[in-house]
Amino acid sequence: MADDVRTAGDAASVEEERWRSPLWEGLRAYGLIVAMWMRSTMTYRASFAMTAFGNFAVTAFDFIAILMMFSHVDRLGGYSLPEVAFLYGAAGASFGLADLAMGSTDRLGRRIRDGTLDTLLVRPAPVLVQVAADRFALRRLGRITQGLLVLGYALATVDIAWTPVKVAMIPMMILSGAVIFSAVFVAGAAFQFWAQDAAEVQNSFTYGGTTLLQYPPTVFAKDLVRGVTFVVPLAFVNWLPALYVMDRDDPLGLPDWVAFLPPLVAAGFCAVAGLAWRAGLRGYRSTGS
Amino acid sequence: MRLYAAVAAGGFRRYATYRTATAAGVFTNTVFGFIGAYTYIALWEQRPDLGGYDLSQALTYVWLGQALLMTCAMMGGGFEDELMERIRTGDVAIDLYRPVDLQLWWMASDLGRAGFHLLGRGIVPMALGALAFDLALPTRPTVWLAFLFSVFLGVVVSFAVRYLVALSAFWLLDGAGVGQIAFLAGLFFSGMLLPLTLFPGALGEIARALPWSSLLQVPADVFLERHTGWGLLGAFAFQAGWAAALLALGRLLQTVATRRVVVQGG
Repeated sequence: MADDVRTAGDAASVEEERWRSPLWEGLRAYGLIVAMWMRSTMTYRASFAMTAFGNFAVTAFDFIAILMMFSHVDRLGGYSLPEVAFLYGAAGASFGLADLAMGSTDRLGRRIRDGTLDTLLVRPAPVLVQVAADRFALRRLGRITQGLLVLGYALATVDIAWTPVKVAMIPMMILSGAVIFSAVFVAGAAFQFWAQDAAEVQNSFTYGGTTLLQYPPTVFAKDLVRGVTFVVPLAFVNWLPALYVMDRDDPLGLPDWVAFLPPLVAAGFCAVAGLAWRAGLRGYRSTGS
Repeated sequence: MRLYAAVAAGGFRRYATYRTATAAGVFTNTVFGFIGAYTYIALWEQRPDLGGYDLSQALTYVWLGQALLMTCAMMGGGFEDELMERIRTGDVAIDLYRPVDLQLWWMASDLGRAGFHLLGRGIVPMALGALAFDLALPTRPTVWLAFLFSVFLGVVVSFAVRYLVALSAFWLLDGAGVGQIAFLAGLFFSGMLLPLTLFPGALGEIARALPWSSLLQVPADVFLERHTGWGLLGAFAFQAGWAAALLALGRLLQTVATRRVVVQGG
């Protein structure tokens, strides 16, 4: 794999030196590693089909549980089923995208423990890219599909007075949300440099985060909502923009314009996560041979 | 017998080694416990006595779910990934040479793991849940004992299912797909997502009759004292019946598999 990258890099350096930038190189390496893992996945097609279906179904079951809740009640935390489905679909799609792109970073702790991270350090590609593309799991398309289906159902049934701004909010919300969750994955990976065995803490913010965001904020204690608004900015993934779209008041009484902040929050959080990653990688000491 | 006790102790110690991982897991269980508890509060505020539970029983159910999630391996994990890998690489041939029973060996190791997870991953989330919410904890020690026995049977049922999953690798080589299907069934039909008593109509009856209800629904109902007297014996019989049937099926499959097995890698 290292050879592939080097040859490709050398060819590029002769032809189009001017176009080379670290970002482009990184994306290129990411693409190469991802393509390799996709070929590898397709060796066991039956397993791929089953795991992709499983990935779809595991989140579908989450939604079935919500449907079953609504078979007993009309409203949950004051929200109707289409409204909860809207929150659910947006959180699910955002998280699914982030999980597909960056989800493999939660394996970093294992790599540190068994010393295989060192292999990544000597390869001519950014370590973060290699960690993110490691064992790229195409099956995670299942989760994205499920999230988008629920979102589609919600948009078809929810009662919203649509305006062009509100329509534009939907893709903005999903993409910003995906970037926010990606930053959570990177920050989690950085944390694993210090606490190698604690990969599971990350699950609280990734899987736990998406579970939390599937329900209306009114369900939760105010302090919890404050925490995911101001400390780990998960509320910007879907709660704040979706509340604006649905003309709902934010339980914390934040002004309307915060609904437009997700892209900024995503960028800021990425910067913080990037710095944490850098610090973690700089401070990394191998387990030794 | 002493051998299997040693294997079980090894399973316990193996998981006990990773203390940071345990602490991280407890943290995650607690976070999920809080999320679940708040949604159940929203649900039960509108419909008190939903599924026959009052609010504090429903909250207890949430935290029991977090406490037993790892113990009963509702999401899979533990030995079956390792056994599948051994089947895929052919290392299982060495296991079959050993003068021990393959199924009992892995069961002993899984019981050891479950024992550690009950102590390491079960007690702290449950205690934190009891601090933050008003839980319905049993007062009589016999109920606690009955609960522990029910959990033990749940672990055996869980093992028996996962053993079947692992053996599927003899035919499929890559057992990840089957593992994931089993993971789904475990998550949904154990009652982890929602108590099975809330499942509507026929789905609820089927879900309560399937083996996975032994992993959470039955132990939780024992804990909440919904099975008492003869009903308690009935609950134990239900779990033990599934355990025996699935273990026997595993044994049968093992015989078939070892007869046809051609070890990989020459």
